Amino acid sequence: MIGIVNYGVGNLASILNMLKRLAVPACIVNSPAEMDLATKLILPGVGSFDAGMGSLNESGLLPRLTARVQEEKVPVLGICLGMQMLSERSEEGVGPGLGWIPGRTMKFQFGDNPAKLKIPHMGWNIAIPNPEAKLFKDCGMDPRYYFVHSYHVVCQDPAHVAASVNYGMLATAAVESGNVYGVQFHPEKSHKFGMKILENFSKV
Amino acid sequence: MLKNRVMPCLLLKNAALVKTIKFKNPDYVGDPSNAIRIYNEKEVDELIFLDITATTSSKVPDLDVIGRLASECFMPVAYGGGISDLQTMREIFRRGIEKVAVNSHAVACPEFLSAAANEFGSQAVVISIDAKRTASGTYEVYTHGGTRATSMDPVTWARRAAELGAGEILLTSIDQDGTMEGYDLELIRSVTSAVDIPLIACGGAGKVSHFGQAITEGRASAVAAGSMVVYFGRNRAVLINFPSPRELNRLFESISNHE
Repeated sequence: MIGIVNYGVGNLASILNMLKRLAVPACIVNSPAEMDLATKLILPGVGSFDAGMGSLNESGLLPRLTARVQEEKVPVLGICLGMQMLSERSEEGVGPGLGWIPGRTMKFQFGDNPAKLKIPHMGWNIAIPNPEAKLFKDCGMDPRYYFVHSYHVVCQDPAHVAASVNYGMLATAAVESGNVYGVQFHPEKSHKFGMKILENFSKV
Repeated sequence: MLKNRVMPCLLLKNAALVKTIKFKNPDYVGDPSNAIRIYNEKEVDELIFLDITATTSSKVPDLDVIGRLASECFMPVAYGGGISDLQTMREIFRRGIEKVAVNSHAVACPEFLSAAANEFGSQAVVISIDAKRTASGTYEVYTHGGTRATSMDPVTWARRAAELGAGEILLTSIDQDGTMEGYDLELIRSVTSAVDIPLIACGGAGKVSHFGQAITEGRASAVAAGSMVVYFGRNRAVLINFPSPRELNRLFESISNHE
C-alpha cells in the first residue's frame, strides 16, 4: 500500500487516481497511525519551501514520517516541492529541509539569458535519466514530463542525481539515494511517462 | 521543448460537455469524465476547459466540478470561465489546475491581470481573447461568450494584456468556431507578430493540416481543437478522439523540414 502524505497542500486526488489506474493499492495518509499502514510513501508538495515545511511540521506527521523513512527505510518519493524538501535547505526559505538528500535547493539563474528562458520553468520537458536510475527503468527514449518550478535541487553527491533536465543548464529532474526518491516534475500530470515513474516506484 | 503543443479545448455548460458553432447552439457532447478518460489514453499533453455560461449567467465557478476534473486529468489543465477575483483563482489552483484563463473580467478590469500574474506567476495566467471579423474586414474583441462587442482591436488588447502580465494568449475566432474549416490565419498572424508570449490558436480546426497552417503561417506556438476532437464524420456524430502521436509527429516533421 502506497500512502500519500496529506499535510494540507494541494490536490492529492490526481496522484491517487493515477495509482488506481495502475491497480496499485494506495491511500491518503492523514495521521501517524495511517502512516504505519503504508509500505511506501509519497510526499507531494506545491507552494513555497518554508510554507511546505511549516505545514508538514504542523500536520503532526513529521516525527512518524521521519522514523519510517530514516529508521525503517520505507521507500519515499518526493514530488515537486516534496522533492525539494528532501534537501537540506532552500534559497527560497530560511528554515531547514528534511536533509535526507545532501544538497541545497537553488533558484534558477540564467545570466544574460539569450533564449529568454522564463521562471518558473513550466511545461513539458525531456528528462535525461541516469542509466542506473530505478525510477526511470524502461521509460523509453526521450521521456517527457510536466514541470512547474522556479527552484532546483543541487545534490552534493552527483551520484544521487537520477535524472537531469535541460533548462538553460542541466538541472536535477530526479534524485535517488537508498530508499529516498524524488522527482521535480509532476508524474501525475505526465500521462504515460508519469505513470511509468509511479509504476516503477511501486516496484522498488 | 520546442515542439508545438496540440490540445483539446472543451466547453462546459452546467458541468456537461457541449460544443458550439460560432459560439451559438451549444450541442451536448457528453460527460467530461468520459472525455478525460479517453484523452488520458490518447496521451494528450494539455487540456483546456472553458465554462461558457459562467460569466453570462453570473455564476461563480463550481469548485467541486473543477477539482474533480483536475484530479481525473493525467495532464496539465487550464480552466476558464467566470473568473473575476483572486480568491477564486487561488481556490482553483489549490484544486490542482495549472493555468487559469481570464476573458471578460480582464477587459473590464485590465489591472486584474497584473494582480493575478503577481500572485500566481505569468505562466499560470492565460488571457483568453474572443475575436470576430467586422463588416469592414478588421477584427473586434467580444466578451461574455461572444455576446458583447468591446470596440477593442485584438492586437492592441493582446499587447496590453501581455504587458500587464498575462503569460499566454488563447485566441479564439468566433467566426471559425465549430466550422472545422481551418483557423483564421490572418487574425492569428496579426496577434503573433505583435506579442512575444506564446499564443494558442483556437477556432476552426478540422484536420491535422490546419494545425500546421496555424503554426507555420499563423506563427502560433500551440493549437487548440474543439469540434475536431469531439465529433466524427460529416454528420457530426459524437466521438471523443485525438490525432495519434504518429500523425502529430509526421506533421511536426513536415513543419521542421519546411523551415
